[in-house]
Amino acid sequence: MDNVIRVQTPGALLARGGIYAALIFMAVVYLAPLLVMLLTSVKTLEDIRAGNLLSLPREITFQPWLHAWSEACTGIRCEGIGGYVWNSVQIVVPAVVISTAIGALNGYALTKWRFKGQEWVFGMLLFGCFIPFQVILLPMAQTLGWLGLGSTTTGLVLVHVVYGIAFTTLFFRNYYVNVPDELIAAAKLDGAGFFRIFLRILLPVSTPIIVVTVIWQFTQVWNDFLFGVAYSSHETQPVTVALNNVVNSTTGVREYNVDMAAAMIAALPTLLVYVLAGKYFVRGLTAGSVKG
Amino acid sequence: MSALEIRNVRKDFGRTRVLREVSLSIDSGEFLILVGPSGCGKSTLMNAIAGLEPVTDGSILIGNEEVTWRTPAERDIAMVFQSYALYPSMTVRQNIAFGLEMRKVPKAEREATVERVAKLLQITPLLDRKPSQLSGGQRQRVAMGRAIARQPTVYLFDEPLSNLDAKLRVEMRTEIKKLHQTLGTTIVYVTHDQIEAMTLADRIAVMREGRLLQLGTPDEVYNDPVDMFVASFMGSPSMNFIPAQLVRDEHGISLAIGAASDPYRLPFPAARTTPDLDAWVGRRVVLGLRPEHISERTPWGEEDANTHPLTTEVTVAEPTGADILLRVRLGEDEVNARVSPKQNVTPGDRLPLQVDMARAVLFDPERETRIA
Ligand SMILES: Nc1ncnc2c1ncn2[C@@H]1O[C@H](COP(=O)(O)OP(=O)(O)O)[C@@H](O)[C@H]1O
Ligand SMILES: [Mg+2]
Repeated sequence: MDNVIRVQTPGALLARGGIYAALIFMAVVYLAPLLVMLLTSVKTLEDIRAGNLLSLPREITFQPWLHAWSEACTGIRCEGIGGYVWNSVQIVVPAVVISTAIGALNGYALTKWRFKGQEWVFGMLLFGCFIPFQVILLPMAQTLGWLGLGSTTTGLVLVHVVYGIAFTTLFFRNYYVNVPDELIAAAKLDGAGFFRIFLRILLPVSTPIIVVTVIWQFTQVWNDFLFGVAYSSHETQPVTVALNNVVNSTTGVREYNVDMAAAMIAALPTLLVYVLAGKYFVRGLTAGSVKG
Repeated sequence: MSALEIRNVRKDFGRTRVLREVSLSIDSGEFLILVGPSGCGKSTLMNAIAGLEPVTDGSILIGNEEVTWRTPAERDIAMVFQSYALYPSMTVRQNIAFGLEMRKVPKAEREATVERVAKLLQITPLLDRKPSQLSGGQRQRVAMGRAIARQPTVYLFDEPLSNLDAKLRVEMRTEIKKLHQTLGTTIVYVTHDQIEAMTLADRIAVMREGRLLQLGTPDEVYNDPVDMFVASFMGSPSMNFIPAQLVRDEHGISLAIGAASDPYRLPFPAARTTPDLDAWVGRRVVLGLRPEHISERTPWGEEDANTHPLTTEVTVAEPTGADILLRVRLGEDEVNARVSPKQNVTPGDRLPLQVDMARAVLFDPERETRIA
């Protein structure tokens, strides 16, 4: 029993049944592609040809996964996507850490240290959330060129940090607005300065919003394709670009199982992050004020 | 020595003028209470003293040093907030020690101070708890402990007890008074509870709409209010304002209350008449009488020259335990009276009462200022 008192008339039961049926149907529709990917990635090629998309594998093989990781061809090279996963990690980790840290500081400054023109700064940041990727593609390429960061991992990190700050700042600002100002006033009177108040008073109560921001940024940066394809060389390509190359550069026999395994590998980190921290994500999004 | 001096302080928020030329001076060891209706600028004044908000004009001196443009940390002030503002991620111990740590007090000394303060406030068993594990009263104590630990020149309390229930509030009030007596600290304390004001204060400052109306001892503010606002703000139930006509006859000045044809006459004490009062003879004034000055007849009342009999109808009787509050007719209006609980009163009765005019005050009915 779920401890709720409900109307038990036949009509209400029927309506509830209908709602559940609709929900289950939509969940199935939503999950079907993932299931197909997973099934296909552990089938042999003969198996794939013999059955349909949803048929179970006759024997489970992890060969496609190993192949995708270390042998699949991206363009002319056939080294698998393993190296590109590492490229992505090198882009994602600094980009997420830096953009989250800057967002936290921005949110703190915007809510707890009033300064001239803060409304304006916040307005511009908000505007930043609505700038589409495509608009900044060319000017950013030029900027990276000037900075000597074209086709480098550092350049990609920079792009993701700059693009992400608008979002991370917004997250932290909305969270810190609910932290009572008196807490900051008390710390000021106790003799703490800007950074000390941030590190000792605010940061320890920021876990929910840090989790939200990290998940958001991780997903955004890891899944990014456009910046990755535009601003990287073969050496610095993220896994999303490599995946595209794997799928597009197959000559001769099309190895669906390898393609699917590669896609699964590319998607796994974001899936894992959600599974591990999703609970905190929801909690953080709905977290109210910090109680003293 | 004055511990804190405020000179002509003004504070505007954009076009809203919140503080208008506030000046006051507090002696070292003095307990000053700031009272006034909600929104009159009490918290704004406290924030200005603390340095949390810059003033628009004027200056602030702490310990005879100009601090108007110093940061809160440089002012040697501690503040207790209405919401307590305890650091949620720190234990009680860390909360109390934080200010000392920021001021680079050595660890051993910090620990000794925390123990001493905790003992003083009886919160030693709570030292390792987080604020979220404390009750309202306990949080209140911790907030005070945090202020006491640093031993600043001036303590600011902004409505520190208003989030507590009535019983706890009375307990903490006594405790704060005791603390002030043992530590001899200088305190500026905001409240809108006039009993808190009367019981705690060395002096009371009454504010209204960003102005300081009166600054005086509780006795002065209660018995000698500068205007009708101060008179009505202090005391519960508040002072009766009785429309009257000022008349002069062979016995001196008196007040005629009620119908012009058959007024009830109350002589005004000769000792309290001023030369200015002559100008008011024949004009309408407001007589201010506190409820306790209209009471049951007493033997001394018969002999006292300023006490006059009044027999009148009771419309409402509210026993409070310690006494009975009455609504009685006086002239064309009803006024509040306060009688001993031994009196047997039923509404509708005519009751023999007496009016003590020794503390009566007179106001200008238009400008609401004090006349005598
Ligand atoms: N930061 C602010 N911006 C604009 N107006 C303010 C600000 N702080 C206070 N006020 C205004 O100043 C007036 C006095 O507020 P406050 O000092 O908090 O009153 P009190 O503590 O006496 O209840 C109120 O009218 C309030 O709206
Ligand atoms: Mg206030």
